Amino acid sequence: MSSLPLDWSVPRPAVVLRVRRETQDVRTLYLRPPEGVWAFQPGQFNMLYAFGVGEVPVSVSGDPGHRDVVVHTVRAVGAVTTALARVRPGQVVGLRGPFGSGWPLQEAQGRDVLVVAGGIGLAPLRPLVCGLLRHRHRYGRVAILYGARTPQDLLYRDELQRWRARFDMQVEVTVDRAGPDWRGNVGVVTRLLPRAGVDPAEVVAFVCGPEVMMRFAGRELEALGVAPSQVFVSMERNMQCAVGLCGHCQFGASFVCRDGPVFRYAEVRDRLWVREL
Amino acid sequence: MKTLEELLAEHPFFRGMRTDYIRLFAGCASNVRFEEGAYLFREGEAADRLFLIRQGRVALELHTPQGVAVIQTLSDGDVVGWSWMVPPYRWAFDARALGLVRAVSFDAACLRRKAEEDPALGYELLKRLVPVIVERLQATRLQLLDLYGEPKGRVLPSA
Repeated sequence: MSSLPLDWSVPRPAVVLRVRRETQDVRTLYLRPPEGVWAFQPGQFNMLYAFGVGEVPVSVSGDPGHRDVVVHTVRAVGAVTTALARVRPGQVVGLRGPFGSGWPLQEAQGRDVLVVAGGIGLAPLRPLVCGLLRHRHRYGRVAILYGARTPQDLLYRDELQRWRARFDMQVEVTVDRAGPDWRGNVGVVTRLLPRAGVDPAEVVAFVCGPEVMMRFAGRELEALGVAPSQVFVSMERNMQCAVGLCGHCQFGASFVCRDGPVFRYAEVRDRLWVREL
Repeated sequence: MKTLEELLAEHPFFRGMRTDYIRLFAGCASNVRFEEGAYLFREGEAADRLFLIRQGRVALELHTPQGVAVIQTLSDGDVVGWSWMVPPYRWAFDARALGLVRAVSFDAACLRRKAEEDPALGYELLKRLVPVIVERLQATRLQLLDLYGEPKGRVLPSA
């Protein structure tokens, strides 16, 4: 707490530079940082304020190497996120952050990397992928497994194509439902795990998606021989203050906003199976 | 060129099985290939085969009034088809090759006969098929949850 700036609770104005349509209900916002440049750790989140509507936590989804822009991918599911998804270039949103813990990519150096994303969960993992591709030589085999609802719900399509075209990483995409025109996989993302081609004893896995999906992914990874201490998950709770003061995002002995959102799976595994926690 | 017994021993479904059992199962097996778009089987037809995919991808499809829905795709190392185990032995889906598919095909009547003759052999087969069925059932349940759909009705307030 002592490292918090005094104005941590005050949203600063961030001008919308560009809006990209990802899917029918998902938009990626490119914002000008309030101070001109900024830095974050992949996995951290900002509080975004739609003026007059409200504030929500949104993971940063940009490339950590690009310090002149703040990137967020927002899915319109409620009043605030719908307002954010409707902003236009030139408009201003409020921004607080970055907050929370990041993906510990340094733990994967010299080892295989497995990225498992479900739905909008690819957004918090995108900065991690950008970061590891910038220093690709530091890691062993890299596999990205991504599950979405339908082919129309895939995020970052251009980037996925570029990632798939690389010879130094494996990218597998699956959808829950599709018509006969879809040439890819159909089924849950956990079915892709045995095909990832990584060494269970040497891999570090980063998982983000709906909590049920993360529970099952964790279980499947354990069944494949991956130690729970080598798996990291990003939790989602009702974060409001973002600094562990209000208690809305309490998750057992942790506050997701302050102690997470990225947790070591070994630390939260048992809590994931506790109902109403 | 590998023998059928060698191919079976390498396939995840048979990995670790006693060699005399593999030899017995190989007696019911043949090597098959399907070109892109070809059907391994069609819904409603007699379910008389079990397939082990060696290479390629297969889509399980269901025809609905709205069109064809792909239920699941299966690939290298997967098992396709267990309707041959349950009367009236009719396929419940179409299975279509999404590219060139190389597989081992088993004569279902032969499998059933050998399992009846040697219950230990039959139990060995079931011990390997049941986990596949359970895994597919659990995956199907997750798909039914529509985890990536509209989060309406979830406990968390939507912001």
